[in-house]
Amino acid sequence: MITFEGVTKRYRDGTVAVDDLDLEVPTGAITVFVGPSGCGKTTSLRMINRMLDPTSGRITLDGRDVREIDPPTLRRGMGYVIQQAGLFPHRKIVDNVATVPYLLGWDRKRARARAMELLERVGLDPKLAGRYPFQLSGGQQQRVGVARALAADPPVLLMDEPFSAVDPVVRTSLQDELLRLQAELRKTIVFVTHDIDEAIKLGDTVAVLRVGGRLAQVAGPATLLAEPADEFVRGFLGRDRGIRRLSFISAKEVRLGPVPPDLVLDEDGRPLGWRSGGGLAPYGTFDPETDSLRAALDAALLAPNGMAIAVDGEGRARGVAGRDALDELFAAYAGGASGPRADGDAERADA
Amino acid sequence: MNWLSGFFGDPANWSGPDGIPARLLEHLEFSAAAFLIAALIAVPLGMLVGHTGRGALLVVVSANAARALPTLGLLVLVVLLIGVGTVLPVLVPLVVLAVPPILVNTYEGVRGVDPDLRDAAYGMGLRGRQVLLRTSVPVALPLILLGLRLAAIQVVATATVAAFVGLGGLGRFIIDGLATKEYPSVIGGAVLVAALALAVQFAFTAIDRIAVSPGVRARPGRDTEIAR
Amino acid sequence: MNGEPIVRWDWVARNWANGSPSAISALLGGHVVMAFLPVVLGLAVALPLGLACVRWPRLYQPTAALMNVTYSLPSLVLFSIFLSVTGLTQATVVIPLTFFALAVLIPAVVDGLTSVPEHVRQSAVAMGFRPVRRLLLVELPVAVPVVLAGLRVATVSSISLVSLGALIGQGGLGNLFIDGWQRQFPTPIVVGISLVLLLAVASDGVLVLAQRLLTPWSRARRSA
Ligand SMILES: Nc1ncnc2c1ncn2[C@@H]1O[C@H](COP(=O)(O)OP(=O)(O)O)[C@@H](O)[C@H]1O
Ligand SMILES: [Mg+2]
Repeated sequence: MITFEGVTKRYRDGTVAVDDLDLEVPTGAITVFVGPSGCGKTTSLRMINRMLDPTSGRITLDGRDVREIDPPTLRRGMGYVIQQAGLFPHRKIVDNVATVPYLLGWDRKRARARAMELLERVGLDPKLAGRYPFQLSGGQQQRVGVARALAADPPVLLMDEPFSAVDPVVRTSLQDELLRLQAELRKTIVFVTHDIDEAIKLGDTVAVLRVGGRLAQVAGPATLLAEPADEFVRGFLGRDRGIRRLSFISAKEVRLGPVPPDLVLDEDGRPLGWRSGGGLAPYGTFDPETDSLRAALDAALLAPNGMAIAVDGEGRARGVAGRDALDELFAAYAGGASGPRADGDAERADA
Repeated sequence: MNWLSGFFGDPANWSGPDGIPARLLEHLEFSAAAFLIAALIAVPLGMLVGHTGRGALLVVVSANAARALPTLGLLVLVVLLIGVGTVLPVLVPLVVLAVPPILVNTYEGVRGVDPDLRDAAYGMGLRGRQVLLRTSVPVALPLILLGLRLAAIQVVATATVAAFVGLGGLGRFIIDGLATKEYPSVIGGAVLVAALALAVQFAFTAIDRIAVSPGVRARPGRDTEIAR
Repeated sequence: MNGEPIVRWDWVARNWANGSPSAISALLGGHVVMAFLPVVLGLAVALPLGLACVRWPRLYQPTAALMNVTYSLPSLVLFSIFLSVTGLTQATVVIPLTFFALAVLIPAVVDGLTSVPEHVRQSAVAMGFRPVRRLLLVELPVAVPVVLAGLRVATVSSISLVSLGALIGQGGLGNLFIDGWQRQFPTPIVVGISLVLLLAVASDGVLVLAQRLLTPWSRARRSA
């Protein structure tokens, strides 16, 4: 666990970048620092690995003040990923990834083997290992940056707007990749972004900062959407909070009715459409085990009769939910009572 | 052209203490010594100043002033002051000549390394010296080598003035030739010096090929040849 | 040197402007001409040539190679080559030094013109600038600091190199070095070195000032 205790950072020119920050970063989870540009996110992050030292207050890592730890030693135990990847242009990809293992004195063969393993892990073709950074696309460079940060298997990962410089499609795939990796690795990740959607998608905990380096709110993404602490957080979260919040509520509790006869099924029991006049009308499905309430609502909105079709893992219809069934749950969770969290992939993907 | 064959074809010019091989060797000796001393001073200093940012203004200003020091004036002054017993008098002006390009290019190269890159290096736990030697210097190497090359060429070309105060080197063919109006000797000496300078040029091209990482060399905007 | 002072001021006073062609002031005047003329000529040639190299990039490689070769030649060698053409005149010094100035200035012009960031160039095109206007209003102003940096190196080197011309009898202040050497008398040498240095520092100062005046934006950026 990393804790900020009354941390203030005042730069030499008098700028107060971080003001009396108290925060806990839990082990094995993703904590996102989010806020508008200049609010002190980078400064906060860089105090963790002592690229900067606080003016007052202290930061502890598993109970130990980081000021007691020699910075390079501290940093070798924390992966660090920045926006432009910061790859060493003069080194091949494989050697970039092996940087920290080399520093830690691993022999060359073992370090390279580890680097190759990581390249694969982050979804890069091993053929790229022998290339130089300038021969890679921005998205590929960013993946190398993540692989490099993970190379010595540090328990902590610090990421400063790592995906901000790539296009939206690549960014989404990098985000998904990070979540997939995190599901396996369970690192303590501090992730900085100015993009609230990214924060909500990635964060187990989201810390919203406001300009002047003040903490505005710390909460899980669902709570944040449901109960913004003040006008600033509400404004920063933007529109559609109600609907976006549904992504964090599992559809497990949706009351299902029996499959009605006017739903046309194939021989395996998979829906084909709603009977309508002589033809078939469109339909929508959700999987109550893995999907969120948002997916269920979306399924209901797709059908002209307002019925969402619940399906199992194989896509077979198990029942249907009308708007009334959904409404019951909306009412139950309105105003912020948090429901059971959706736990499938869809949970985050549509945030 | 027949001047050239007159000079190079004369067997007397190929032997003895004032023959071409002996003069060439002397020339190489002064030049190499001056170049090495200058490099030993300027490369570490340039790296240090570029890395720490301390003393940058002083370095740039004094390097510019040193560029303005006339080699010939410095040479005769040093000889007048300490005598001509050794090669030391010729080393002083040549070192003064060679230090500025090496110093300025090394400094600019190291200072110009992308701050994000240095940040990433520190962030991964490299220590200050490791950041300098493993990150900044390899990235700045093309510029550092450019400075060394410019210095080496200027030293080789300018070492000719040693002959003016009676020291050896290829300058003897030129300066003695000018004094006695033996133009074949002047032109022959000139050709030898130019050939030597071109050899230095090629040597550095080869060093560049070997020492500079393709990842650094192939980056765009790396094709200008002469310092600014 | 037995107690002799390094500079004998009485000698300086007697020889400053005694009307002879070897008076210090006369040598200084000659030095200024022979040092600045090559830079001015070099700039006059380097601007169009640099533009051509940017316009037709194929020209640049051979030009740069030629300039590299020139740069490797000792100035004394070039002086002696031209001595057989132009004789004992200032041209014998000015022409070779023009080549040296070119070797510094052409790459500076090319670098400067190509240092316009691609997005700036593109947006100028998109706003409807025609090539000539774009050159005058966008690319040249951006090139100014780089060209001026080259001009500073060229000027200072030129001032220092002129003195080598003394070896062929046309060296401006360099003649003081020969004079001092032949008479084993340090005063002229020290005076010569000091004046060369002063001249270089003053010219460099003027160029720095010009740079400030011509490119106010680059100063703003530096102090930011
Ligand atoms: N080295 C510095 N010196 C002075 N002020 C700085 C420095 N670095 C950042 N700041 C200021 O501190 C504030 C927070 O900066 P930063 O942590 O980089 O914000 P963010 O990462 O949230 O955009 C900003 O106002 C910024 O201008
Ligand atoms: Mg930031």
